[in-house]
Amino acid sequence: MSTETIIKAAEAARAAIVANESEIEHLDRAIGDGDHFINIRRGADTIIALAPELDGKTPSEALKAIAMKLMSTIGGASGPLISSFFLAASKTEGIDAPWTAETVARLTEDGVAAIQKRGKAGLGHKTMLDVLIPVAEALKAGAAAGEDAAALGARVVETAAAGKDSTRDLTAHYGRAAFLGERAIGTVDPGAMSSYVIIRAIVEAR
Amino acid sequence: MKKLINAADAVLAESLAGFGKAHADLVEVSQEPRYVIRRGGGRPGKVALVSGGGSGHEPMHAGFVGTGMLDAACPGEVFTSPTPDQMIVAAEAVDGGAGTLFIVKNYAGDVMNFEMAAEMLDGESATILTNDDVAVESSTHSQGRRGVAATVIVEKIVGAAAERGDDLAALKALGDRVNAASGTMGVALSSCTVPAAGRPTFDLGPDEIEMGVGIHGEPGRRRETIRPVDALVEDMFRAIQKEIAPEGEVLLLVNGMGGTPLLELYLVYEAVAKLCAKEGLTIARSLVGNYCTSLEMQGCSVTLTKLDAEMKTLWDAPVHTAALRW
Repeated sequence: MSTETIIKAAEAARAAIVANESEIEHLDRAIGDGDHFINIRRGADTIIALAPELDGKTPSEALKAIAMKLMSTIGGASGPLISSFFLAASKTEGIDAPWTAETVARLTEDGVAAIQKRGKAGLGHKTMLDVLIPVAEALKAGAAAGEDAAALGARVVETAAAGKDSTRDLTAHYGRAAFLGERAIGTVDPGAMSSYVIIRAIVEAR
Repeated sequence: MKKLINAADAVLAESLAGFGKAHADLVEVSQEPRYVIRRGGGRPGKVALVSGGGSGHEPMHAGFVGTGMLDAACPGEVFTSPTPDQMIVAAEAVDGGAGTLFIVKNYAGDVMNFEMAAEMLDGESATILTNDDVAVESSTHSQGRRGVAATVIVEKIVGAAAERGDDLAALKALGDRVNAASGTMGVALSSCTVPAAGRPTFDLGPDEIEMGVGIHGEPGRRRETIRPVDALVEDMFRAIQKEIAPEGEVLLLVNGMGGTPLLELYLVYEAVAKLCAKEGLTIARSLVGNYCTSLEMQGCSVTLTKLDAEMKTLWDAPVHTAALRW
């Protein structure tokens, strides 16, 4: 597990985003402003295009380069949030040692904490964090319990799906959906949907 | 989708290139990264005013770059915040050694990107967050009200104060004061189409309107059936009145969303003027036109700003930009 893993994950994420374009767009048109799909696809494209430059870099260098590049290409609300994830992940303890389940759990935990800090949102606010926070916790618990990769993967995907579904009945506190008030109830948050789709794809591509 | 474009992903680059050529006497345009600055860059000793936001709101903000208003503007993709690298390079290009004042509309993306830029920028900076949209009742939403058309008024008044040499702290205080004295309410009669998305952002029935719409086509207070303009404007006026409690002299901005003719905007002005007269308000200054738009959306917003003597003097001060000049 190394920089190649990161590229492979980005490729899986991009394919999954494109395969689920209509669903993400549909949700974003309902309670957002229609730019989410374009922004996250641009993010995945950016990482993939960066691949040649990342070759031979350590994971910490690669993750930092990705963070800086994403910061300047995604824009919107997703840009600072996603680049904060990668910047924090680049500084995760033991990131340049051979990756284990604990490494993935730690980098996820650090990255998700950075997203929370930047966006000031938390659990139950109808955002991507309703997927990411439980996933980070599931990874940590599974890794600590020594679950094998298949069991850990299944746990993560199941947790992500439940988190995504939980946003359906929530009102939004952040982002453009917040302006809808009660009208956002009944629609899954597009950021939670794309996070779920990406996580599932990364687990399946492992 | 029917638009005067070549390709959806080239809209911003080509439009900015045209803007730069049309106003070559006023501005310089950079494409990589994207920003617009005053011709000649910063002036020593002057606080640099830097704004920006998603494109699609033209002439905001690039149209307000020039003498008496902004030093730099950073356009993002359509309805998408610009990125910190643009803001940093633009701020450095207009740095006069007296600090940088960012003027940011209160939207999650803009706030976070400008925050990262401010953290990474060498030198002193401050930020004015505009949040004049009274359609959003801030008590129920932790994010608060949106920044919309009053941003034009903040940029004009603060721009004039920067031009006369006010320092960073004074400009920040003035901008916050103008923002707090302002309230805006918008209405949409039709949706808009983001070029990259290719279809309308939301659907409105033939006789439906969105009351309290934001400048990206995001929803407002409620969907309703179209009524005579006097009735619609009365609702908008009351919503603003409730938030800012205007008295004495006000500035009235009737702003088009992009797809509404001036013929109708002046009708809106007349409706607001009648209400102001009834409430004993004097419209001491006014502005009517397309200043903070939402692509080709039909609709308008009404902004009232409570004026004091200093704000009036600064509003009257000379301004020379692509979209505003006197």
